[in-house]
Amino acid sequence: MDDFYRELILDHYKNPRFRGTLDPHSFTYEDENPLCGDKLRIDVRLDDTGHVVESAFTGRGCAISQASASLLMEKIQGASLDELRALNKDDVLELLGIDLTPARLKCALLSLKVLKAGAYGLSGESNPDE
Amino acid sequence: MTHSLATCRSDFPILAREAHPGVPLTFLDSGASSQKPESVIRAMDDYYRLHHANVHRGIHVLAEEATALYEGSRDSVQRFINAATRKEIIYTRNATEAINLVAYSWARANLKAGDRIVLTEMEHHANLVPWHILAGQIGVELDFVPVTDDGLLDLDAYARLLTREPKLVAFTHMSNVLGTINPVESLAAQAHAAGAKVLVDGAQSVPHLPVDVQTLGADFLAFSAHKMCGPTGIGVLWARQELLEAMPVFMGGGDMIRKVTLAGFKPNDLPYKFEAGTPAIAEGVGLGAAVDYLTGLGMEAVAAHERELITYALERLEEIPGVRVYGPPAERKGGVAAFTLEGVHPHDIAQVLDRDGVAVRAGHHCAQPLHERFDLAATARASFYLYNTRDDVDRLVVSLYRVKKLFA
Ligand SMILES: Cc1ncc(COP(=O)(O)O)c(C=O)c1O
Repeated sequence: MDDFYRELILDHYKNPRFRGTLDPHSFTYEDENPLCGDKLRIDVRLDDTGHVVESAFTGRGCAISQASASLLMEKIQGASLDELRALNKDDVLELLGIDLTPARLKCALLSLKVLKAGAYGLSGESNPDE
Repeated sequence: MTHSLATCRSDFPILAREAHPGVPLTFLDSGASSQKPESVIRAMDDYYRLHHANVHRGIHVLAEEATALYEGSRDSVQRFINAATRKEIIYTRNATEAINLVAYSWARANLKAGDRIVLTEMEHHANLVPWHILAGQIGVELDFVPVTDDGLLDLDAYARLLTREPKLVAFTHMSNVLGTINPVESLAAQAHAAGAKVLVDGAQSVPHLPVDVQTLGADFLAFSAHKMCGPTGIGVLWARQELLEAMPVFMGGGDMIRKVTLAGFKPNDLPYKFEAGTPAIAEGVGLGAAVDYLTGLGMEAVAAHERELITYALERLEEIPGVRVYGPPAERKGGVAAFTLEGVHPHDIAQVLDRDGVAVRAGHHCAQPLHERFDLAATARASFYLYNTRDDVDRLVVSLYRVKKLFA
């Protein structure tokens, strides 16, 4: 557990960065994991060149889902829309730095799913992950 | 094999394994599925090694032995719940299929648009979704008995719902989350007085309490072998013979027929009328062995053991700051403790406990409406069975303190 709940994850869970909502925002998206009841909303504001100037999340869930959202918000500061769309599962797992059992993978990837759905929704393109 | 609760733990081979290298297993997830004693494992193994053939129509030694073993299990189950005849023991895949059988056969033949069915807020999805499907397909109306803050059915509301003359009342004998043991006999008597039939979901009660269908008051009783020391893949629907005789067939195929012509078929006698196709034979044999095992221990003794354990568990859990246990006090419940720990998601609780070898379940336990009722996304649930001990409770508590420390 000492790896599963390593310092970084617990720290992001207990002291989430970028928690909240943004008004105005360029896009917002919300989704849930009905199986575990985890809920997540992500708001993102882009500048004129399509780069992230600010992002924030709200929601409830386990340490893994909340820490991964917090870590992801940190990672995407300054990223371009294309970079957001190119994010994948391995990026999130790398941020968390732990091996996840299949049961917990869904928790870890909720934030990625929400972010990408929002990023694709912005231009009306379909999200190839769906 | 022992016949004593004090030593029965050693009858369950799996309980001797370690959860992780050097970490003993503390299994507190029997509410989802129980472990199996040696006698059940051996009965199924012997069956495959020595006696297997398809049942019922064979004229050779293996077919006769297989049939005798499989049908013998039905006699054991009949005695176990004190059914009037073995014809009333219908084998299904599980409790879920037993409830669906009633929804598809009895309900579709007897209910029409506008008829009401009373359910409760504490039902497992197995006793909700079949009725949702029915409502969508034939337009029956569903009413729900509310659950009080202390996890009991609101009996005044129940009485009021009965004045709307429902055709069916379907509720769980024991909640798989709150542990609440519902007063089936009086609920059923009121339902009958209002003209309704009564279906009891016995998935959590038949494994843990003495259940006698002669006094229970139910018209239908559903339960699963895998929660009562038996194998997965087989469950039981019990109903009175007259009711079953009057019900239309459910699935069609071999075994459920007396005669087939190109023009049609004549259904078989009970219980085979509802058992289409090759049944789960080895599982039937396993269920018979499970029922014999439980009978040997005595269901009164099993229930008393679990009452003692849950009393102790509630005492210990409630002394942990931040822990909240849902459901009624120990006198009104079976061996189930669903709880939350302030500031820690149930998934994280379960994950940390697992590192200490303590197996609990985290989630909504297939009772989402009940969790919504208590404004919860999920709970952690420790559930006890005949092989659990006070030591198991102590290990749970020690491990919960570690969770608290980690997340402090
Ligand atoms: C109260 C209750 N009803 C029904 C079921 C469904 O049992 P099965 O999945 O074996 O059909 C369960 C099992 O979790 C249960 O706890």
